[in-house]
Amino acid sequence: MEYVSPEGLRIDGRRPMEMRKLHAEMGVVAKADGSAVFVMGNTKVIAAVYGPREVQNRSQQMSDQALVRCEYSMANFSTGDRMRKGKGDRRSTEISLVVRQTMEACILTHLMPRSQIDIYVQVLQADGGTRCACINAATLALADAAIPMRDLVTSCSAGYLNSTPLLDLNYVEDSAGGPDVTVGILPKMDKVTLLQMDSKLPIDTFDNVMQLAIEGCKAVATYIREVLLENTKQLEYHRGV
Amino acid sequence: DTVFKLKYCWCRYKPEVGDIVVGRVIEVAPKRWRIDINFSQDAVLMLSSMNLPDGIQRRRTAVDELNMRSIFEENDVVCAEVRGFHHDGLQLQARSQKYGKLERGQLLSIPPYLVKRRKQHFHYIEEYGIDLILGCNGFIWVGEHAEPKDDMVIDEQANKSDQILKPSKYSMTLEEQERAYTPLETRQNVCRTANAIRVLSTLGFSVTIEIIMDTVTMSMSLKEIHEMLGSEFCVLVAEREAERRSSAKKKG
Repeated sequence: MEYVSPEGLRIDGRRPMEMRKLHAEMGVVAKADGSAVFVMGNTKVIAAVYGPREVQNRSQQMSDQALVRCEYSMANFSTGDRMRKGKGDRRSTEISLVVRQTMEACILTHLMPRSQIDIYVQVLQADGGTRCACINAATLALADAAIPMRDLVTSCSAGYLNSTPLLDLNYVEDSAGGPDVTVGILPKMDKVTLLQMDSKLPIDTFDNVMQLAIEGCKAVATYIREVLLENTKQLEYHRGV
Repeated sequence: DTVFKLKYCWCRYKPEVGDIVVGRVIEVAPKRWRIDINFSQDAVLMLSSMNLPDGIQRRRTAVDELNMRSIFEENDVVCAEVRGFHHDGLQLQARSQKYGKLERGQLLSIPPYLVKRRKQHFHYIEEYGIDLILGCNGFIWVGEHAEPKDDMVIDEQANKSDQILKPSKYSMTLEEQERAYTPLETRQNVCRTANAIRVLSTLGFSVTIEIIMDTVTMSMSLKEIHEMLGSEFCVLVAEREAERRSSAKKKG
């Protein structure tokens, strides 16, 4: 199947190095300490953060830092065919672990000893790149909850089909069986916190694809910063600064 | 390391020693109560940091420990002061008569940064007959006025009641129920004040006693108390705040 036309257009009309349209909102869940919705093209994800609060399970309490917990689930209606169970399966457990490790690396946990931070991420609409959208949504939700972090964490995926590196794969391109590289970075500090890949790639091609994904992450970071700035301005108006 | 912090819109309370806080009892534990005060951990109120019902200053015995539930139970609302940070968390103390269990009123939860630290956090509004406690942790108590109990009075009561612990609402006699009855007007005033605070917190304005009273006076012109939570009153409150801020700018 042809994923990149001879004119250089992908299935959804994008160029190979073009990302999908981004949209984000903060403060969407009233009861949560922080929340955000992150949309990448047709992939829509909602994240809610609770904490820092008292640790529910005393045995897991750490006296010098906060405990970070994460739960990833997919809504029944998120995929084409209605899913039976959205969490508890192997993929969800794996992604929960991945998001938890990525966010834990950037939260300043030593500032909140003996407490627990819960991150709940749910996919409302799945069209490829749910992992990346989850991490981006979690970053915004943590910022909304005013939890101190080292830097933002942004994530983007890239693949290699028809001998072309493609940025931000959607579901059809992802299911093609080609390589799929997911990268998560701390933009200001220029450090990679997440790197995952499916399938195989020769090392120099991998270099190109990973660089492309990092560029995508930086573009997401610029957008996230805009959203945060806008949100902060709203707070300023309220406080009369 | 570039640190990314949004300190001023912190949803959780940042405790300081000497702060007045209002909280809800979560658990009765050996020799202490665990209280939720909107902090990253539960605060601890030791039995020794609390005045005993009979008012005598003495060592807490095992009997006192067993009778802890007669002082505070789960889900009771209490008022206390922050004593400090100790090895197992935040400690509170309630050694004065103005602290202790809060009854006959409403507990409101607002973002902590809207409550400014002032000299006075306990307010008695005489004309409405209500007590207002602005907890630094964002928990606000609005209730019927309660006279701070005298030690002498407590002694008498203790002698009368003898073996019987505090009367619960199920075992009160008719007389006691009559005494406990809150008049309709007081209850309406409590609701007005609580709604005023709710509107101010939704709009994100600082909550001080002057602004609350101003908002309550404004609301007297409304027919129904629940109209205070509607959008028209919200607009009025916002306009009033804008006036206040512009006149403050002119003066300053």
